Amino acid sequence: MTTPSQTVGPYLAIGLPWADGPTVVPEGTPGAVWIRGTVTDGAGNPIPDAMIETWQADPQGRFDHPDDPRGRVPGFRGFGRCPTEPDGSYAILTLVPGAIPGESGSMQAPHIDVSVFARGLLNRVVTRIYFPDHAEANAADPVLNAVPAERRGTLIAERTADGYRFDVRLQGAAETVFFDV
Amino acid sequence: MAAPTGNKLILPRYRRDPEGTHPPLDSPGYRSTALRHPKQPLVLLPQMLTEITGPLLGPGRIGELDNDLTRQHAEEPQGQRILVHGRLLDGDGRGIPDSLIEIWQANAGGRYRHIGDNWPAPLDPNFDGVGRTVTDADGRYEFTTIKPGAYPWKNHDNAWRPAHIHFSVFGQAFTQRLVTQMYFPDDPLFFQDPIFNSIPDEKARQRMISRFDYRRTTDHWALAFEFDIVVRGREQSVFENEEEEE
Repeated sequence: MTTPSQTVGPYLAIGLPWADGPTVVPEGTPGAVWIRGTVTDGAGNPIPDAMIETWQADPQGRFDHPDDPRGRVPGFRGFGRCPTEPDGSYAILTLVPGAIPGESGSMQAPHIDVSVFARGLLNRVVTRIYFPDHAEANAADPVLNAVPAERRGTLIAERTADGYRFDVRLQGAAETVFFDV
Repeated sequence: MAAPTGNKLILPRYRRDPEGTHPPLDSPGYRSTALRHPKQPLVLLPQMLTEITGPLLGPGRIGELDNDLTRQHAEEPQGQRILVHGRLLDGDGRGIPDSLIEIWQANAGGRYRHIGDNWPAPLDPNFDGVGRTVTDADGRYEFTTIKPGAYPWKNHDNAWRPAHIHFSVFGQAFTQRLVTQMYFPDDPLFFQDPIFNSIPDEKARQRMISRFDYRRTTDHWALAFEFDIVVRGREQSVFENEEEEE
């Protein structure tokens, strides 16, 4: 019964961006980091008409949502949205999330869910950002472990001067791992 | 509802959509998919806390005239005024309340207010083509706008997009996020449009076409079209099943 997905088309920039979309937390928030990256196609060219959306827990690993069985923790929007620039770049200012319970008493490493929309993408694609600082938690993460070892690196951001770098390659060499949710 | 039982986390899950509901990311008829579809298989992601939650974006995101695209400027835009209304539902027919819906569209001449749109239909100074609203307690929404025009694009010889309005909805979970396009009944351009026809399942494709609604059409004012948007429903959780068996 679900309504089918369709592409955002080339003009998503008129309808979807918000002035405060890229800032999950206001600038100046203690501990905030910029996650920056570029969205590229199968020829390695930057995609200027894409949009990144992020969804994540707060630094304690909690969600502002009634379906969090530990109780809703209001106050952290957890959502970021940034259209790409003409050079394919995007930037999201946020706090690194905490670890999150998984199944059967396991823990998931800190991660951010990402949706990518673009002209030429008939349905969003979904990926996850993990952080290089959590090597031990990453090694035990059930989702990372379900990804072929040689591709796992595409899901782990790189440390930069003001945060992290996470590039999205829709196709081609080192294509980003995308998930079926 | 989700429930903790001991150290076991039992969460609601959202049904995955049947094959053919959504377009294949590689749809050669739509040329722009060639370099933009992942070639590696998608990895199955179990639905855990991050996936069964999602941004709840409501009234704080909208202004007073955001749901009336004909009143955002000093004068009224050119074209046929229409009312577009419907419900945001989950796959079990439940309305999704307090949920943000965003739309964007071309003007009556088929032109978008975007720097990249070179189609020489005139821009309308009284039309931005951008709207937002929040669903009510039953999941209902409505927009007043202008019927968008068809426009040419360079995908293939004599290629024209059928008239459409882009819709973006969140639902209540990351798994329900959806961007789609609403089309109009009996559009003569469907047959040659690779974006509309990218949906393999005929019945699913028809769910993108709004219904002309004479009941809500208002004399000497506006035609009405009804468009329900359906996002995924929940699977019954193990916890709920256990309760039912008692």
